[in-house]
Amino acid sequence: MAELLQFVFSGLTVGAIYALVALGFTLIYKASDIINFAQGEFVMLGGMTTVFVALAGVPLPLAALIAIAVTTAVGIALHRFAIAPARDASPVALIMITIGASIFLRGVAQIVFDKRFHSLPSLFGGDPINIGGAAILPQSLVVLAGAAIIVSLFWLFIDRTLLGKAVIATAANRLAARLIGIDTRRIVDFSFAVSAAIGAIAGILITPIALTSYDAGTLLALKGFAAAMLGGIGSAPGAVVGGLILGMIEAMSAGYISSNYKDAVAFVIILVVLVGMPQGLFGRAKIERV
Amino acid sequence: MSVRALLETRLLSAIAVAAIVIVLPLFFPSGYYYRIGALVFIFALAVVGLNLLMGFAGQVSLGHAGFMGIGAYAAAIGPVHFGAPSWLSLLAGAALSGVIAFAVGRPILKLKGHYLAVATLGFGLLVAIVLTNEAGWTGGPDGMAVPKLALFGWRVSGSDEWYWISGATFVGGFVLALNLMDSPTGRALQAIHDSEIAARVLGVDVARKKLTVFIVSAMYASVAGSYLALFNGYITPEGAGFLRSIELVAMVVLGGMGSIVGSLVGATVLVVLPQVLTVFHEYEQALLGLIVMGFMIFLRRGIVPSVAAVIAGWRK
Repeated sequence: MAELLQFVFSGLTVGAIYALVALGFTLIYKASDIINFAQGEFVMLGGMTTVFVALAGVPLPLAALIAIAVTTAVGIALHRFAIAPARDASPVALIMITIGASIFLRGVAQIVFDKRFHSLPSLFGGDPINIGGAAILPQSLVVLAGAAIIVSLFWLFIDRTLLGKAVIATAANRLAARLIGIDTRRIVDFSFAVSAAIGAIAGILITPIALTSYDAGTLLALKGFAAAMLGGIGSAPGAVVGGLILGMIEAMSAGYISSNYKDAVAFVIILVVLVGMPQGLFGRAKIERV
Repeated sequence: MSVRALLETRLLSAIAVAAIVIVLPLFFPSGYYYRIGALVFIFALAVVGLNLLMGFAGQVSLGHAGFMGIGAYAAAIGPVHFGAPSWLSLLAGAALSGVIAFAVGRPILKLKGHYLAVATLGFGLLVAIVLTNEAGWTGGPDGMAVPKLALFGWRVSGSDEWYWISGATFVGGFVLALNLMDSPTGRALQAIHDSEIAARVLGVDVARKKLTVFIVSAMYASVAGSYLALFNGYITPEGAGFLRSIELVAMVVLGGMGSIVGSLVGATVLVVLPQVLTVFHEYEQALLGLIVMGFMIFLRRGIVPSVAAVIAGWRK
């Protein structure tokens, strides 16, 4: 029982991070139909910037805020200078631009920072807490709480603010949104900023547990993308559920089957789910007009 | 275009590509360039296959490095563990890739767009994970040495020899792809690309055509993977990984989706660029990213189609 609880906690912790990355994918996709493969680099930038600003002597909370600001600026720059100039290009070309951007950001990160692994101290110490026989790191609880707060804020924002409604309108029909006076370009700008900030926060939260390095983003982007697709692309609840499920499957198969094959088990399950539900868990079928 | 004119353009482009393969070495200042040339043709072969799938049938694959990995490890495991000749192992790898593409493709090709992307990505990862973990067969994460290719007592080892073999194979694959695209299957694929529902209404067996091109493209990738393994003499599971898959897709898109000549151009750019950029040392990756972004922003339909459009514009 204690063993199971241990696996559940580690699954939830990793899953919460996947959920945040998937949420970033979802927001940009909703506003612009673009799959942003540089999403993982936002996570890396969040973690790495915090590490290096803190090394320069800045207190940790302030360093984290600076990292979020820097990453948000990078997100906006990505949209303004790379995506917006190619706005009418095909989806594949736009995806290639984001892939180019992710190579670029990795390249810049290894020059500005370095190629080594880095960690951050946890704000609440490194001694595990005993819950029902399972040893839980305090940082795991911080990750879970942080993810829960961000997801709630995201939901409040989308559901309760005018700007959130404008994002939904843009997602539903860009032309119609523009006709009723929504500046859709600014909405996309904004969604890149928020996605980058969410990614940065995910990176800061996970670094005390998982270490970070200039190339840490690739794997996270891959997992976050898979989680978003599992949930159904464009669905925010789907992204969160998809992320948690993915983290849970990984933790369970690492614990009970083989840690070498945890990713394999996760992807086999994703394949089976998608074959059975081709639109993901929460997605809706698009109707093609002939 | 009449059938005859079509045959002529096909013949002409095949001759042009063959001429490039033959004439290019005249301008090589050193043996090193044979190596780069061989790499370009090997990657171009895989890219032609992937372009059939992406550019003509409109189906994306983020897992094609998986098939390259199967071909690569077939060329290594056959001789090492079974004492089979390399060329037979290469053929066995291609056949295995075809069978696996059939088994995997049947369920996942029902998926569309980004869902297909994530399914193929998952497939590619599965291959890489198996290759990494079955160390008894594959040498694990450290990889394994690949015995040299021997054909009827001729041991192929020099870069120049590989240049000619891979160049000749590329021309063969190029001609095959051109023919395939002008066949009824090719036309059906283009109809699927334009509108799947419309194609189905016209009586195209959509699932079967998609599966056919998926199998063909998997076999192209497998042969290219075997060549790369035999040429380099060493393989690691990284060659089957996600980044390699992305690289292949980037070559297709950069050269131009749906342009077979573009496949050669895309492969050339992304094989040669990193070699050139090594002089910039640590700035290499950042520059590579910038150049990929620049190409896609300014030549968004890919190099060959964009340049062709510009030239057509001048003629008016």
